[in-house]
Amino acid sequence: MLRLHEVRFRWAGRSGFSVSVPDLQVMPGETVLLLGESGSGKSTLLSLICGTVLADSGRVEVYGQDIAALSGGAHDRFRAERIGMIFQQFNLLPFGSVLDNILLPIRFAPERRARAGDARAEAVELCHALGLPAGITSAKAATLSVGQQQRVAVARALIGRPPIVIADEPTSALDAGTQTAFLDLLFAQVRGHGTTLLMVSHDPRLADRFDRVLHMQDIAQIARQAA
Amino acid sequence: MILRLAIGSLGARALTVGMTVLAIALSVVLFLGVEKVRTGAKASFADTISGTDLIVGARSGSVQLLLYSVFRIGNATNNITWQSYEAIAAQPQVDWIVPISLGDSHRQFRVMGTSDAFFDRYKYRGGRSLAMADGARMADLFDAVIGADVAATLGYRLGDPIVVAHGIASFTEHKDQPFRISGILEKTGTPVDRTVIVSMEAIEAIHVDWRNGAQVPGQATPVETIRQMDLTPKAVTAALVGVSSPLQTFALQRAINEFPQEPLLAVLPGVALQELWAIVGVAETALLAVSAMVVVTALIGMMATIFSSLNERRREMAILRAMGARPRTIVGLLVLEAALTAAVGAMLGLGLLYGVLSLTQPIVDSAFGLWLPIEPPSLREVLVLVGVVAAGAIVSLVPALRAYRLSLADGMMVRT
Ligand SMILES: Nc1ncnc2c1ncn2[C@@H]1O[C@H](COP(=O)(O)OP(=O)(O)OP(=O)(O)O)[C@@H](O)[C@H]1O
Ligand SMILES: [Mg+2]
Repeated sequence: MLRLHEVRFRWAGRSGFSVSVPDLQVMPGETVLLLGESGSGKSTLLSLICGTVLADSGRVEVYGQDIAALSGGAHDRFRAERIGMIFQQFNLLPFGSVLDNILLPIRFAPERRARAGDARAEAVELCHALGLPAGITSAKAATLSVGQQQRVAVARALIGRPPIVIADEPTSALDAGTQTAFLDLLFAQVRGHGTTLLMVSHDPRLADRFDRVLHMQDIAQIARQAA
Repeated sequence: MILRLAIGSLGARALTVGMTVLAIALSVVLFLGVEKVRTGAKASFADTISGTDLIVGARSGSVQLLLYSVFRIGNATNNITWQSYEAIAAQPQVDWIVPISLGDSHRQFRVMGTSDAFFDRYKYRGGRSLAMADGARMADLFDAVIGADVAATLGYRLGDPIVVAHGIASFTEHKDQPFRISGILEKTGTPVDRTVIVSMEAIEAIHVDWRNGAQVPGQATPVETIRQMDLTPKAVTAALVGVSSPLQTFALQRAINEFPQEPLLAVLPGVALQELWAIVGVAETALLAVSAMVVVTALIGMMATIFSSLNERRREMAILRAMGARPRTIVGLLVLEAALTAAVGAMLGLGLLYGVLSLTQPIVDSAFGLWLPIEPPSLREVLVLVGVVAAGAIVSLVPALRAYRLSLADGMMVRT
């Protein structure tokens, strides 16, 4: 499903940050929490999996597909088709409507669009399932509360049922109560669809919800070199 | 939907985008305005005389002759003697000839002495003839026909008396021989609108008591005596000539230019106009270049705005990238936004131009005799507008390519 093997990556430029992952595997339908301190390279790892940056050496396989073997445009298409993405905050295009934001990824992913069927109806359904008020789809994204925005981001990640959802600290901008509600909804959706979830956090208290917990220091070696 | 996102993103930055649109719009107004005035001036110059084969005057420059005889700009340095005029009129190639006598004025308008034939022979705007709005041609010695602007500016009606001043902008008026307005011409858009037309004899009549440009002291010949006098002109300023066959134009021109009794000049109006264009062409090009530079400046301003917005929009681009947008799509989005901005600016500019035109059209017309037509944009203007949009898109490629590189380097995580 998802496999990294002997991967090495170094950021170009001044930070001189490099990460190497000897071996990492995630099975289909698995929910995995990746823990690590700030600056330990968690987001970098996600970028590698998404193919927005390419490993200097080694293999990154998603769905049996070697990411490095894809051409530039095919990366983006592949990401759009296979991966739903949730950030820490500021997930949405503030000037677009909620519906615009939810439908954004399937614009770049024809297969996901086909799977979504009536995309608008599915978007409305997802919003409903995520406990968002009815009629919110036409609201401007910037007018939503942070918690609502994060839930819209989940709807966006799930539309057209991509096999993998990657979430980069989706709860750190939320207060404790909202956080729990958010995770309940996220897990209900992910488990319901058999989606693989890879979530990054530095909060170990979330661990018991997940099938498996990985620690950054166990799976990767990082190094910083002053340029 | 990309279009909707582009519009939304522009809307989110309404103030800066609005400023950019305004700058582009104003530069487009300037550019198209200059273009309009230029083509308008050219057209109205070219429309001023038609159907005349040769203009004859004392020897000077052909442009000068054209300017003073047809456009009433500047003055003749010399006249043609009446003998020469009659000799030319007697040439076999001459179909018709109309004398013109200039040198007097009424208020700010010039007075032109001519023959009755002027009304039949003078043609403008592709062969149109003069028409009377009111009244009739001169019947009496002291009758005058005035152009539409003269009537409108001075509020003259039929039968009003007018006094003719000697020279131009002079205070010595020919008080003793007041004229009477017998006719008012319809508007033509030519210098005729700003001319007081009297007969050749009338010009003679008002100069009876004048010698060498000054009034003879103590001499005031009564009007009744003047009417009895022989008022055959002694000289004319210029003459408009029509030839019986176009093939003879050049032969007649040569004959006049080699006229043995006095140095004369005959020019073809079209050729003289061409010479005039050649002279003003440089200034015209310079003006056009300056206004084009203003458009370029506005577009560079837009480029600067896009550049400075890139930083605050990194987030937006990272989101798009994470959703699967290619870097190419990011470039496309920025270029689309720039093209939209430029297009709105161009359309607003066009709208403003029409607004300004409809406000200033009558003013420009009465002040400069320049009729700027309000008509749908010409192909050339459409091309200019399309060019502005295309240039906007091209200029935006510079920041867009930077965004391209940024979005490649950032991956999709922008640290906020
Ligand atoms: N686009 C980039 N260009 C250059 N260096 C980068 C870039 N993104 C991250 N880095 C470097 O990589 C290192 C790890 O960053 P990363 O964002 O992967 O950590 P993280 O574990 O996600 O941290 P956090 O918990 O704060 O999000 C940092 O030291 C940073 O300097
Ligand atoms: Mg991170």
